[in-house]
Amino acid sequence: MNNLLEVNELSKQYSQGNVLARITLTAADHVSFYIKPAEIFTLAGESGCGKTTTAKVVLGFEEPTSGTILHNGKLQTPKEKVWITQGVQAIFQDPFSTFNPLRTVDRYFFETVQNLILAVNKQQAIDLIDQKLRLVGLTYQEFAGKYPNEFSGGQLQRISIARALLSNPTLLIADEPVSMVDASLRMSIVNLFKKLRDELGVSILYITHDLATAYYVSDRIAIMFRGNIVEMGTVEQVLMNPRHPYSKLLRDSIPQADPSKRWTTTVTLSELEQEEYLRRGCKFAGRCPDVMEICKGIVPADLNVDGVLVKCHLYSDKQEI
Amino acid sequence: MKILGDLFRDYRFIFSFIVLLVILILAILSIFSPYDPTLWNVVPRDMRPSAEYWLGTDSNGQDIFWQATFAIRNSLIISLIAGLVSRVIAILVGMVAGYVGGATDRILMFISDSLLVIPLFLVFVMLAMLVREHMNLVVLGLMLSLLTWPWDARLIRSMILSLREREFTKTAILSGTGTVRLVLNEYMPFTMPLIFSTLINNIGFAIGLEITLAIIGLVDLMTPTLGTMLNWALFYQSTFLGRWWWVLTPVVLSLFLFIALYWQSVSISEYLDPRTRIQRVGA
Amino acid sequence: MTGKKQPILRTEQLKAFYILEVQGTQKIVKAVNDVDLTIYENEIYGIAGESGCGKSTLLKALFNDFVPPLRLVSGKLYYRINWEKEIDVTRMSPEEMRQLRMEYISYIPQGSMSALNPVLKLKETYKDFIGSHLGSQSREEIFELAYKQILALGLPKNILDLYPHQLSGGMRQRVTIALASLLKPRIMIGDEPTTALDVVVQRGVIQMLRTIQENFKNTIILVTHDMGVHANIADRIGIMYAGKIVEEGTTEQIFGNPLHPYTQFLINSLPKFGDKNVRHSVPGSPPSLADLPTGCPFHPRCPHALEICTQQMPGFSYPDENHKVACWLIGEGKHEQSA
Repeated sequence: MNNLLEVNELSKQYSQGNVLARITLTAADHVSFYIKPAEIFTLAGESGCGKTTTAKVVLGFEEPTSGTILHNGKLQTPKEKVWITQGVQAIFQDPFSTFNPLRTVDRYFFETVQNLILAVNKQQAIDLIDQKLRLVGLTYQEFAGKYPNEFSGGQLQRISIARALLSNPTLLIADEPVSMVDASLRMSIVNLFKKLRDELGVSILYITHDLATAYYVSDRIAIMFRGNIVEMGTVEQVLMNPRHPYSKLLRDSIPQADPSKRWTTTVTLSELEQEEYLRRGCKFAGRCPDVMEICKGIVPADLNVDGVLVKCHLYSDKQEI
Repeated sequence: MKILGDLFRDYRFIFSFIVLLVILILAILSIFSPYDPTLWNVVPRDMRPSAEYWLGTDSNGQDIFWQATFAIRNSLIISLIAGLVSRVIAILVGMVAGYVGGATDRILMFISDSLLVIPLFLVFVMLAMLVREHMNLVVLGLMLSLLTWPWDARLIRSMILSLREREFTKTAILSGTGTVRLVLNEYMPFTMPLIFSTLINNIGFAIGLEITLAIIGLVDLMTPTLGTMLNWALFYQSTFLGRWWWVLTPVVLSLFLFIALYWQSVSISEYLDPRTRIQRVGA
Repeated sequence: MTGKKQPILRTEQLKAFYILEVQGTQKIVKAVNDVDLTIYENEIYGIAGESGCGKSTLLKALFNDFVPPLRLVSGKLYYRINWEKEIDVTRMSPEEMRQLRMEYISYIPQGSMSALNPVLKLKETYKDFIGSHLGSQSREEIFELAYKQILALGLPKNILDLYPHQLSGGMRQRVTIALASLLKPRIMIGDEPTTALDVVVQRGVIQMLRTIQENFKNTIILVTHDMGVHANIADRIGIMYAGKIVEEGTTEQIFGNPLHPYTQFLINSLPKFGDKNVRHSVPGSPPSLADLPTGCPFHPRCPHALEICTQQMPGFSYPDENHKVACWLIGEGKHEQSA
């Protein structure tokens, strides 16, 4: 059986600067992963790690510099409109920017229904919209004719999910969907993802820097750092027993809602971002607590450590993937 | 109608609305003029304003009041054509350049910037001299529109550039909306205030330009417009000779017209400004 | 530290509303609705609550920043400056207030980009800031101090020569905090200082704030909706709902024994790492501050609401020393000191 999504050696480079001095930043560097049907896969990492770039390429908004993407075994053509051809939809970070503040929110729903030909008349369209809204805990009555600023952030995000569900997608790309939602309301959105996976068989590419919700909801996870996947495996393996020093740092930096678990050690923050991108060798060498000489010169290979992919010289005795 | 009700709370809108209404009525009155404006010596010359000749008569033997109604009508026609045509060009160029980007954008902006930078007035004078025989209201309006679209095209383009990066653009794309529908439905509400206020500004500018050209003598002086009236008045030394009623009529009319247009544009664009609209929406 | 701590900032029945004119009708947003707060020296006080509960407005009020449409409707705000008696700062002139700001009380804004002038190098922003508060003699010394402070706080040494856009968000936030703490203010107020930041950077910022507080022994008032941040940094926490403080206590008390139903919801809605049991968000949505329910504002969402909850706002009860809660389930409370 084919994987729902397969990303192979995806690279995306951007050049920055002006006529006199241009540098090339590799936003995504030979990224490879797959997603099965009815699975929640997390791409985790801090800003600048390449997760949003990867999402944009998978969505067809950007062209990769190199690498391939397969949907159900079929190769994705450059800038393919995968929301029409492959049943891929997306939701974004800021619920208030997701909709035009000068238009009513239901317009986007009706447009989706019309453009993707999901109903034959207005009543059918309303029924379909109502059905999807109920999935996320709202009804058509309380939603029709309203502008975005009449809803709360959490409600808007759920409405955004409902819109994405109109075309019965098989893959939903969620780019930092809870970062701008209050911490106390994140559960409702994340629980919804679980429901979509269990009841509708939708797969979700969950992009976030919040490892707590990632642990709670995902099946498998990949940790990204400055364009590379540095660790990948099931969420139990990676988050309960992180092997890569960056994964450990990420996990330990989650603020726990428990005063007895306060941080006792301090953390050193990075140098300027650009310097880290342009490092030769392992990009984390600048602040890795376990750094060795070899890390500064040679890029680590992808090694298989008990079924988990780890990109680190500490495990060089293991097999390469 | 609710919109009009809201707008009427602004004193500037009320004043300018009334003034423009009066001016429009004057323009329509020209249909009922007892005199043919292109003829000379239909009434005694250089008479002061009186009960019979409301604004007096000029040195050509025309009744100034009725002459003015034609002048207003023609000036309005010219400037409306200039304003509307330049809007259309500016919107098309700005939206295409902004949304499509790339080489198309560069070419369009090159053309637009060139038109901005070249001292167009001189080119215009040359062109006017060339087409002088065929000059009529419409041609003049079209030529004026060429002068004014580049600036606004750039303004619209920069709005589109920033709107393109907003997330709701992505939502619209994911909803399957095509490019043209997207630009029209999503971006128009944001660009409306700009388009509207620049339309009114353009009309004002076109009137001013027309007056300037008329004073220089580049338009058909037989057709009464605000500019040609002024030209004739100055030609006949009416200021020097104390015939204030002749020279003041076009000047005062133009002044009122300019102020009224300005206040219209300001009050309407404040009303349409997306930031204040968002506050009002759903309130 | 022995001896009882002195309060350094106090509010008394503070009411601050936004009075708006929309389409000819007046809309009153009761953002700070009868708040009594006492903040002590040498502590970190956290204010927690959802978006729209009025916490940002409360901070503006504590900073004495009543810019229309925000108006101080009633109540008092006291600062204890120079260890003498309290001064009611709402009666101060703008010039006196300007002096106070930065030296006595400073503000760390949310969204650091707007706090730093994008066309000036950081060095220039620092000079502007120092110059407006001190005479020219001490300017050189202060600049030296600023440089030392930057190094001590772990920022790279060349940072003052850069422009704000050359730094990442986390770096900018840390520079903003460094600037806010430069003149060793007695009180620092932060509105969601870590909200837009990556998790490791957030940890760095929280560390920085803790270091500053340990060194200066001053007071930091922090507003955020993230209870995890409060758990890591705050000594005492006030829970805010619909413009009122509904519970207050030490961090241990709030997390170990949350009494108000809203506090319980807040804490239970956070994912615990290592625990995959189903958790739920707070149900419903917060009320609009322009259209508050009668009685206790939480009653429409409260699973234990009683009849009296719909009619009257409860006063504070004190089940424990330093732990107060405004809820009919706990006790009647003192009505003259209602939240």
